[in-house]
Amino acid sequence: MIASSGTVVSRRAVLRGTGALIVSCSLGPAITAAVIGRQQTANQAALPGDLAQYPLLDSWLRIAADGKVTAFTGKAELGQGIRTALLQVIAEELLVPLDRVTLITADTALTPNEGYTSGSHSMQDSGTALRNAAAQVREILLAEAANRLQQPIAQLQVEDGAVVAPDGTRLTYGNLVADQLLHVRAQPTSKLRNPAAFKIMGQSTQRVDIPAKVCGDQAYMQDMRLPGMLHARVVRPPGYGANLLKLDTAAVEKMPGVVKVLRDKNFLAVVAHREYQAVKAMRALAALAQWAQTASLPQAAALHATLLAMKSEDETILDTRSGGTRATHSATYTRPYLAHGSIGPSCAIAQWSQDQLTLWSSTQGVFPNRAAIAELLRLDPQQVRCIQVEGSGCYGHNGADDASADAALIAKAIPDHPIRLQWMREQEHAWEPYGPAMIAKVRASLDESGHIDTWDYGVWSNTHSTRPGPAGALLAAREIAAGYPPPEPRPIPQPEGGGDRNAIPLYEVRNAHVVHHFLPQMPLRVSALRSLGAYLNVIAIEGFMDELAELVAADPVDFRLKHLNDPRAVAVIKAAAEDFQWASRPKRSPGQGHGVGFARYKNLAAYCAVIMEVTVDHETGRTRVVRAVAAVDTGQVVNPNGVVNQIQGSILQSMSWTLFEGVTFDTQRITSVDWASYPILRFSSVPATLSVRLLDAPGAPFLGCGEAGQGPAAAALVNAVANATGRRIRDLPLTPGRVKAAIGV
Amino acid sequence: MIELDVNGRTHQVTADPDTPLLYVLRDDLELNGAKFGCGLGQCGACTVLVDGIATLSCVTPILLLAGRQITTVEALGTAAKPGPLQRAFVEEQAAQCGYCTAGMMMRAQALLQQNLFASEEEIRAHMEPNLCRCGTHFRILRAIRRAAKIMLGEHSAGQSRAEPSPPLESNTDITRRPAHSERRERPER
Amino acid sequence: MKARTRSALIWLAGTLTPLMGFVVYAWRPAIAPLEANAPGQFAQAAINRGAQLAALGNCATCHTAYGGAMYSGGRKLATAFGNIYSTNITPEAQTGIGKWSLEAFQRAMRQGVDREGRHLYPAFPYDHFTLVTDADNAALYAFLMTRKPVRARTPENELSFPLNVRMVIAGWKLLFLHTGPYDNAATQDVTWNRGAYLVNGLAHCGGCHTPRNDFGAENSQRFSGADAEGWHAFAIDSRAHTHEAWTADSLYAYLRHGWQEQHGDAYGPMASVVQNLAVATDEDLRAISIYMASRIDGQPAPAAAAARPPEPPQSEDTGAQVYAATCQNCHDGSRPLPFGGVRLTLSTAVTGESATNLINIILHGLNPAEVSTGAMMPGFGHTLTDAQLESLVSYIRSAQASRPAWADVDTTVRAARSRDHD
Repeated sequence: MIASSGTVVSRRAVLRGTGALIVSCSLGPAITAAVIGRQQTANQAALPGDLAQYPLLDSWLRIAADGKVTAFTGKAELGQGIRTALLQVIAEELLVPLDRVTLITADTALTPNEGYTSGSHSMQDSGTALRNAAAQVREILLAEAANRLQQPIAQLQVEDGAVVAPDGTRLTYGNLVADQLLHVRAQPTSKLRNPAAFKIMGQSTQRVDIPAKVCGDQAYMQDMRLPGMLHARVVRPPGYGANLLKLDTAAVEKMPGVVKVLRDKNFLAVVAHREYQAVKAMRALAALAQWAQTASLPQAAALHATLLAMKSEDETILDTRSGGTRATHSATYTRPYLAHGSIGPSCAIAQWSQDQLTLWSSTQGVFPNRAAIAELLRLDPQQVRCIQVEGSGCYGHNGADDASADAALIAKAIPDHPIRLQWMREQEHAWEPYGPAMIAKVRASLDESGHIDTWDYGVWSNTHSTRPGPAGALLAAREIAAGYPPPEPRPIPQPEGGGDRNAIPLYEVRNAHVVHHFLPQMPLRVSALRSLGAYLNVIAIEGFMDELAELVAADPVDFRLKHLNDPRAVAVIKAAAEDFQWASRPKRSPGQGHGVGFARYKNLAAYCAVIMEVTVDHETGRTRVVRAVAAVDTGQVVNPNGVVNQIQGSILQSMSWTLFEGVTFDTQRITSVDWASYPILRFSSVPATLSVRLLDAPGAPFLGCGEAGQGPAAAALVNAVANATGRRIRDLPLTPGRVKAAIGV
Repeated sequence: MIELDVNGRTHQVTADPDTPLLYVLRDDLELNGAKFGCGLGQCGACTVLVDGIATLSCVTPILLLAGRQITTVEALGTAAKPGPLQRAFVEEQAAQCGYCTAGMMMRAQALLQQNLFASEEEIRAHMEPNLCRCGTHFRILRAIRRAAKIMLGEHSAGQSRAEPSPPLESNTDITRRPAHSERRERPER
Repeated sequence: MKARTRSALIWLAGTLTPLMGFVVYAWRPAIAPLEANAPGQFAQAAINRGAQLAALGNCATCHTAYGGAMYSGGRKLATAFGNIYSTNITPEAQTGIGKWSLEAFQRAMRQGVDREGRHLYPAFPYDHFTLVTDADNAALYAFLMTRKPVRARTPENELSFPLNVRMVIAGWKLLFLHTGPYDNAATQDVTWNRGAYLVNGLAHCGGCHTPRNDFGAENSQRFSGADAEGWHAFAIDSRAHTHEAWTADSLYAYLRHGWQEQHGDAYGPMASVVQNLAVATDEDLRAISIYMASRIDGQPAPAAAAARPPEPPQSEDTGAQVYAATCQNCHDGSRPLPFGGVRLTLSTAVTGESATNLINIILHGLNPAEVSTGAMMPGFGHTLTDAQLESLVSYIRSAQASRPAWADVDTTVRAARSRDHD
């Protein structure tokens, strides 16, 4: 809310100011401190999920007099279905119908700061917090009802948003809730509902956002229309670091509908009344701009050699060596840069009015983005409100934050108008931060019983996160005169990891030595892409497991099971093998192959096994996936259909990466700038069947599943192609040319 | 001033004649379905029907559309009263981010208006111009097949309702472990 | 003998004798079927070379049906005389050439006669393949005989009498088949001769680029341009109508990559030619380029290059308006090549002697081969009326080509609309 004095009045400031009625343990100033920031005290560390950061229950849930529930989450709907899943969690524990709950997502003025919606953390962090908060709110309401009715709690039932006494007296939540009843600190444990009694959690539930999307109702960032809104476009340089030399903007300023042309050193933008006027003005501006190009990108053909020769900061993340035989077998796996390729280029709206900046953005992290843009514009973060609005699927750190920074700069120059800034397709393709190119080298030996006796693994990679963060992470910061340099990249520490995510195998391997070779120098702009380093690490580990299995003539599935102690891992692999009918697959069928891939994402999150059947055309090298089977253990499943949707999507997207994709560039600029130059999977490549089995674990903690399929699906594909062709190809993507070259004539 | 027939209504549009239909639909007529995906005719997110044929609205200037019938996803039904294709997409939950969905539906609508008995190969070939980055293709194909059945059922029975929706579990195979007994949970971090 | 009987006998003798003479001439013996080729009989080097030669010969394109297994035939070729289906050249015994010896294969290539002695229709361009050397035929044979055998019966040709009597082809051959080998031109170097051997032999460029007479044989105006498969194969002789002259280097780049920044993209039938050439060697492609450049050499000086793309005109010309609204953004914008929308002033589709290709592309767009990078353009067939299309095409020709207007744009448009393109 924006008070008349011009300062943004935060909800937290109001809560502080009222000297709230705090019912349970009054920790006073400590709570206040925790409400403002993310400091933890020893007591708060015991709270489940993100309750630890925001221990007051009404940070998460509020109930109105009419019984309607408003819930708050710092996470964002990205198209992964989290909104519906969180609603299910709340509705289940609170025992209210789904449609009585409104979920407010990711808004710096309204919701908890839960960092980024990333890393498949949403259910683990926010889902856990909301589940426990809802359970505790339910118990508080029960206790309040018991108090009013002078009845023991055990005699009371809770149903449909009301507490019911044995004599039929109903007290609705709306009746019960008063004032600061929920303004209490959460307890470390909650009376969670028994999974056997679940009414909605664990049930496939139609996503609440899909009807609007199939009927053309307003659903996206791109659909927002605000009064007085103007349309803006930026002109990006032809390559990294290019300098704008000459530009006479007079002709563009006179074009129909043009309101303003902005130039701030190398930052160029144009604003117009109508959208297509802005597009035409952008083209005219681009044609007039002359740039001195400075970028010097590596030779594409020598990319991995170039990366390997760079200075690296080496960190040993696992060392259990105590002898072991010398490694006898080795392999090197590589991957290219991969683009997020969001189907809808990034879009943002910003408005600067009365010293306040409001940003609507599809960012994955409203709080970090707000901080970065405040720094960029030299504002107090309190002057900036960042509201997440769903865009098209982002799959990580794409251009969304940068687009919102562009919009903010433009809005500052044209006050009191919402400025809608839309990136073009070529801009999204050329300027988004890619998933980094990587190299993995693995060596191992086997003992007489065919068990892995030595395991040596090294992975070379840039950072997998350059998110804002600091202002320097934003593209515009490099372009404006009063800019900021890009921050020093840092590796993401284990157990999450960046380039070393999933570099430690889940398998029981003796004498293991795993090193993360972190490469600070980034020839191309890089950041987080779905599953981060796990994609290549799982391919390398799983590919190498197959290679080792072949050395001892072992069945690939049996070989893996032999090296696994984790029963949940064993269960998903066995389930997938059973569904695929692995045991009865044809063993020697030229041009046809089968492959398995398995991983537990981050060795912490969901378990996923994928098995694929492929055919490889001998003449063309073209791979077709005939069928794929997956088995997933994602802990307590909230929305089974939603999980299956995510896993199917993950498999198809990973297939696209693995078979077709790789960012292309010459020594000066990115050359894969649209779908013609960066083709992705189309309907002709979709397998005939794509089945997913969920191994539900009722009552178990939530495990994030959004990224769990990327590595296993790719590994299954790589292994299936090797099986079909008799050739092991270790450099991605498996384009027809590459496969044909390996097969020969 | 150009007159356009969109979803059966005539609109007087003040946009310049060289404006691609996509911007007119979204900005002048405030129709959200057709989306900006590339502006290059490569991805199909902007697909609408022109005289029943799937057309890329991002590369079609309105000066070419006088006297043509333009149909967008909004004409297929509403959230309160969804049409067969919309019902099918909802029942199959054939969307992840959903940004490509309206374009997919209009491309499919063009096929279903011509042929309710299209084979799997025909459906795939027909849908090829449309991209989906989330990997929802498999469900989109299911939804199209389902929509054809719904439309056939309506056509033959002359009713406005067709078969009831099967449980959402139909393409989900869930193996459940024995439920844990209720306990005060301290979830793992 | 009665006079009438005698004149009847003379008449009979007069027609039967040449007829029998013709039959004697036309008859070819069957060559004994091969039981099987011994495994490992073919050296890998020969197989590899055969693959490169098959690429140059573009065998896969004709001998593979749409969606069918490679080399298994069944592709329909629409000719002026009816429909002919390509044969199965996989080494399958019953339906393919699995029983063909090298001798049988070479006879087919040189003389257009199959193993059983039947004449082959010159849709199979043995009038070119007759130049292929023994060594190259042996390599091609090694390659084809090591492909995956596919059982696929070739559909019956759809030709009317008397063309469905294969023996009449012998007459055609009498007139139009000049069997090989290729004679080196003494005044030219080894590379040029190699290029000439390949172009006139395996690559059979004249098969599309040379006009044909009423008997369907190539006439003497070699490479002067012809219609084929609903497209126009442009003149690639001294009459080549391009904005920039083709050189050996630009031709090589075009054949190697499928596009060339001063000429445009390979589309239509050339798209599959270039796709197959991916496995051809640099040496062979350079030789081809050098030879063809010499054929193209001697064209009139190109029209003066425009420094900038033309300004959008202010006229009321429909074509100009359509161009400005629909085409200009990609084609005159600053989108980078190769896929950013070729500059139309440079494109042979605009400067060439026929409007057919430009019309085809506007109607249907361009699609890269399945999930590979390549030129991509939407089609406008549904959004343009014939009148708008004619106006647009005429406008592009006049504004961008600096050449005389095309005649009969309207009939070319109607012909294009009526064709069914894959």
